[in-house]
Amino acid sequence: MLEHLLALQVVLPLMAAPLIVLVRNRDFAWLATTAVSYVCLVIAIALFSRVAESGPLSYALGSWPPPWGIEYRADALSAFVLVLVSLTAAFVAPYAQRSIAAEVAPDRQYLMYAMYCLCLAGLLGITVTGDAFNLFVFLEISSLSTYVLIALGTRRKALVAAYQYMLMGTVGATLYVIGVGLLYLMTGTLNLADMAERLQAVDELRPVLAALAFITVGIGLKLALFPLHQWLPNAYAYAPSMATAFIAATATKVSVYVLLRFYFTVFDPAPIFERLPTREVFIALSVAAMVTASLIAVFEQDVKRLFAYSSVAQIGYITLGIGLENQASLTGSITHLLNHGVTKGAIFVLLGGVVLRAATPGVTVAGLAGLARRMPLTAFGLVIAGLSLIGVPGTAGFVSKWYLILGAIERGLWWLVLVIVATSLIAVAYVWRVVEAAYLRPSPDSGRREAPAGMLVAALAMAALCVYFGFDTSFSVGGAAEAAELLLRGTR
Amino acid sequence: MITAAYLSYWFTIFLMVGGLYILIARGNLLKKLIGLAVFQTSVYLLYVAPGKLIGGTAPIVAEGFTRYSNPLPHVLILTAIVVGVATLALGLAITVRIREAYGTVEEDEILERERADGE
Repeated sequence: MLEHLLALQVVLPLMAAPLIVLVRNRDFAWLATTAVSYVCLVIAIALFSRVAESGPLSYALGSWPPPWGIEYRADALSAFVLVLVSLTAAFVAPYAQRSIAAEVAPDRQYLMYAMYCLCLAGLLGITVTGDAFNLFVFLEISSLSTYVLIALGTRRKALVAAYQYMLMGTVGATLYVIGVGLLYLMTGTLNLADMAERLQAVDELRPVLAALAFITVGIGLKLALFPLHQWLPNAYAYAPSMATAFIAATATKVSVYVLLRFYFTVFDPAPIFERLPTREVFIALSVAAMVTASLIAVFEQDVKRLFAYSSVAQIGYITLGIGLENQASLTGSITHLLNHGVTKGAIFVLLGGVVLRAATPGVTVAGLAGLARRMPLTAFGLVIAGLSLIGVPGTAGFVSKWYLILGAIERGLWWLVLVIVATSLIAVAYVWRVVEAAYLRPSPDSGRREAPAGMLVAALAMAALCVYFGFDTSFSVGGAAEAAELLLRGTR
Repeated sequence: MITAAYLSYWFTIFLMVGGLYILIARGNLLKKLIGLAVFQTSVYLLYVAPGKLIGGTAPIVAEGFTRYSNPLPHVLILTAIVVGVATLALGLAITVRIREAYGTVEEDEILERERADGE
């Protein structure tokens, strides 16, 4: 049983989805989703501790040995991302019940759960597979279900947002397949480890470089690398609350994982970073994302869009760590995957409660006026998560930014330290707008209507994690440092 | 002979760029989807064409045959075609819903109507 954990990680949510569709009952759908999410979390933690103990795990799907069959593989990096994805799922699933009941038509609710399970299966699959084409299939499974989740939003703009995301996401995935196709033509294998080995013997570099370019742009679209982030703000803003919380915390992070996997495991990182201007390009795009998206967030009126733009900026921090490419910066990047996932997850989960209690489907900054009086716990949670977003010492956000700064200093790029601090100050500005509205402006009505307990518990638990990962970094930084070390070693 | 050998790549690039152009240049949501489908089709060609060897047979070991075509790309592309069909179906479904919600499938008219409603 234990050796099948790698496959079960993906198979369980994948099987749950059709089961939910067959049963067509929303309570069963919710129970099944929650159960699957928790089992996935348990499996992910088990895998993480086994990988930490005894090194990478490999599973030959259908007993076909790699490189002929599809290999599932967990190493320090993928096990870390598995925990992030399933942790978010475990928080969002129990919370989903009230949120979905309020936002989605009753006859469509079970479908929403089915899509959520498929999305979870896709994201876990991307992380666990060791096969480039299998990765594409999982990428599309997660993406297609994400488009549906977004299109289920209450406002009609959700449809346009889903359509736009679908176009850009499909172009991204197709560019990725083109890249993989070129690599397959050059190496004759799809197994990532095998590909890495055979690429060293390839003399003709032009197709390999083209493949690198296609994969970078394709995955860049998926992870909303500036300026390929156009789909993100609308998609996050108009999706149902539960979908936003789950996607914001996981989807872009898993794409970052794919990028890391290709840059450091499949391709030889030394020539990528030494002979190509990869470092400069990544640093330039990341800084652009951090500055412009943060500035847009300062002036945004819709709260969900505000935090969506903040996500683009935070992804900038993550890619900055890739551009700096050293132990400290990569540790910062990978830690930020988790820390930002938890932080943004908490924020969108809390906003889901606000949306539920507000009369309108969208929440503007002005609409948050007096939130602290109406929903004190929600407002408090927003402050905690907001502090983590800024990177105040004692919160999760500080830890990852600290490592990024160390990475920048190690490269001798002192101006980047200033940029990181400056963009954190811009983050203070947009988080302050929310806090100011919630605490200092008078409430239009005096009634106290806190979010339902089930939602609140999940939301505050995530907010508590923002603080927890700010103090106890043994899992977050410990896991990330090990993953960074593994990537920089250049071999799996 | 060299040009002929590379012919499939030229077709691939033509479809790729053409599809991407339609996707970007057209304002009609349906036409955009057609562009997307053409763009995806180019990938099928990219994978399948190099798998075929002139004079090659199915890879079954038998006397008298030494050149074999690679069947794996075909299998991969069958999967990719399924993904493409699913994407197109979803795209069309969303377009139908957009048409129901906005009464149009033209991008500029949708934006206009959103502005008119102050959304």
